[in-house]
Amino acid sequence: MPISAMPESALPAPDDPPPARPRATPRTILVWTAVALVGAIGWGVLALARGEDISAVWLVVAALGSYAIAYRFYSRFIARRVLKPDDRRATPAERLEDGVDFQPTDRRVLLGHHFAAIAGAGPLVGPVLAAQMGYLPGTLWIVAGVIFAGAVQDMVVLFLSMRRDGKSLGQMAREEIGRAGGAAALIAVFAIMIILLGVLALVVVNALAHSPWGTFSVAMTVPIALFMGFWLHRIRPGRVVETSLIGVVLLLLAIVGGSWIQESSLADTFTLSPTTLVFCLIGYGFVASVLPVWMLLAPRDYLSTFMKIGTIALLAVGVVVAAPVLRADAVSDFASSGAGPVFAGALFPFLFITIACGALSGFHALVASGTTPKLIQKESQVRMIGYGAMLMESFVAIMALIAAATLEPGLYYAMNAPAGLLGTTAESASHAVAGLGFTITPDQLTQAAKAVEEQTLIARSGGAPTLAVGMSEIFSGVFGGTAMKAFWYHFAIMFEALFILTTVDAGTRVGRFMLQDMLGNVWKPMGRVNWKPGIWLCSGLVVAAWGYFLYTGATDPLGGINQLFPLFGIANQLLAAIALTVCTTVLVKSGRRRWAWVTGVPLAWVVAITFTAGWQKIFSDDPRVGFFAQRTRYADAIDAGQVLPPAKTLDDMHTVVTNSTVDGVLIALFLLLVTVVMVNAAVVCVRAVRSPVPLPTTEAPYVESRIELPEQAAQPLAGARS
Amino acid sequence: MTVPRWARAVRWYLRELTGEAEYDRYCERHRRRHPHAPVPTRREHEALRTLHRENHPQSRCC
Repeated sequence: MPISAMPESALPAPDDPPPARPRATPRTILVWTAVALVGAIGWGVLALARGEDISAVWLVVAALGSYAIAYRFYSRFIARRVLKPDDRRATPAERLEDGVDFQPTDRRVLLGHHFAAIAGAGPLVGPVLAAQMGYLPGTLWIVAGVIFAGAVQDMVVLFLSMRRDGKSLGQMAREEIGRAGGAAALIAVFAIMIILLGVLALVVVNALAHSPWGTFSVAMTVPIALFMGFWLHRIRPGRVVETSLIGVVLLLLAIVGGSWIQESSLADTFTLSPTTLVFCLIGYGFVASVLPVWMLLAPRDYLSTFMKIGTIALLAVGVVVAAPVLRADAVSDFASSGAGPVFAGALFPFLFITIACGALSGFHALVASGTTPKLIQKESQVRMIGYGAMLMESFVAIMALIAAATLEPGLYYAMNAPAGLLGTTAESASHAVAGLGFTITPDQLTQAAKAVEEQTLIARSGGAPTLAVGMSEIFSGVFGGTAMKAFWYHFAIMFEALFILTTVDAGTRVGRFMLQDMLGNVWKPMGRVNWKPGIWLCSGLVVAAWGYFLYTGATDPLGGINQLFPLFGIANQLLAAIALTVCTTVLVKSGRRRWAWVTGVPLAWVVAITFTAGWQKIFSDDPRVGFFAQRTRYADAIDAGQVLPPAKTLDDMHTVVTNSTVDGVLIALFLLLVTVVMVNAAVVCVRAVRSPVPLPTTEAPYVESRIELPEQAAQPLAGARS
Repeated sequence: MTVPRWARAVRWYLRELTGEAEYDRYCERHRRRHPHAPVPTRREHEALRTLHRENHPQSRCC
């Protein structure tokens, strides 16, 4: 082949490469030994301290020490032995550089982008709910899960997608596994996204119901975003930083203004019932997904990113400076009995379902196979961006767990048990909490609500209010004292709602495109992305789908979070199972069978937890765990003309029967789809093992890179061409 | 590191993270590829960027 016909990098040739730097010294060895020791001491304190107060700082120390060791050694092992990134190979960002989709991006900036795309309300909600089993099981799963499963999945998917010009998970499943597997993966991704949006929106509804302050400040984010959009579009095009700063200031004013609204005659206008909020959110979701992006979605996204990074940094400082004491048990009785009020089921498998984001989240595979791989400058950077960003998210989950575990357990259960159990008065809630084995007096409960200026904290399930109370305790210990508690509470509510609404906006839009794509195969005009009736119809269908789950969650007599969160967790972890299946299949097909355990072991684990959880949700005889057992119990009672508490009317009874049927059928459907993907993958793996020649690869061909980076020159990677 | 250097670093990072700096890179690229064509204004560039964003939605995770 003549030289001129060779594929070439899109960039001009570099100047002379800078000189290499020296390698590891005895000093680095000493530093890493110290890091390992500090982490080990953290775990030691957590493991040995019993029946005494221990500081949350030990959790932070144990987690950070483990992350550092894992990043330095395990992620490097995966890079060097398994993936073998080659920095002399041009990435798609360089080869296909177009200044729009493909663009070599500074790794620190890309880390920020990727982190902002993967981290949201998920790592804040799951750990709070899982605190019912004590802080220790949750911490162990978050740390071990991220090191051996979550971060590995993100890094490997990112690498595989990067080697395939940024193909999506669904495309990779179709090309590497087969048509049946690919189609099943596509349907699973869509269905899982719908559940995710419904459950996240439910968290917002539970946080804002009957709270004029919260409702006002979150409602104000809409005009603020519209203003920012107008400013950016018309007055100062492209000046994102200044616009975002204006937005953040307005947002803080909206939180302060909420306090004033609560005291004023407008309070009633902003005191909304859960059902009203559901319809507000559904309407908002539809409008946001059909409006031009510059008006609402883009500015809200900037605002959300700024708040995310700022608040998480603030929380880290708060935890370290305030050093709160952990009040929850290390391991509670609910871990073994499975009779916890927040979510039913024993530690295995339900803890691992409840904490998804922060330990292992299948949804990340969609981000890691979307925009990020098209922006990577050098192949070896998948380690920092894929593995590193996930470690950061895991740390967010640890901080959420700390915020929940520093609350008085009595208050925690008074906030998180279902309304049907707690009743509506402080007395009934106090009585119900005593029945669970914890104490909180009616007076303490009223005081706690008063301190954050809420009408009530009883049965404010969903995780957000609990986290907000925990954060207000931590923050007020550092900044502003008790007088600022209510502000910090509403600040936390607002920032969680902001994340979630951003996810809802973006998710509805992504769902609409997926639906248009699918329907376009059946009827051509539906696939056109600028045909207005098609846009409206598909947006409407997507909003109606998640709106259905949101509505049933908000009106479920048994507590929507209690019923739907396991469904969300199972769905998210099943998506991880699909992603890990794709990764393992590619490793086997590309002659790296020896290292297939790197993704194969987490795959086996996630299959074990999701299929056990799914099985129990379908077949368990315990009506608190099994959806169909629950259905039978309530249907029998209807036949006998009885009303079973916490249902109050026969209508409630029928609602329970319908919801448990839908939820049970959905879990069965998810398990079936994932089984199809895995069976198809197993066939491909067997074929690959038996084949005398390697199966064809779908990797993009090698092109020599023209980008030289000083820090890469120092360490030639294994597998690099010389 | 001194305060002004910190401030510059933070400003650089924020501009890069939000995509504000994208226009500068776009102009540089445009001049390199089409040396004789006039560079689009910031407003025109933002319109293109918005259009692109309209048709390429990104998922935000949980």
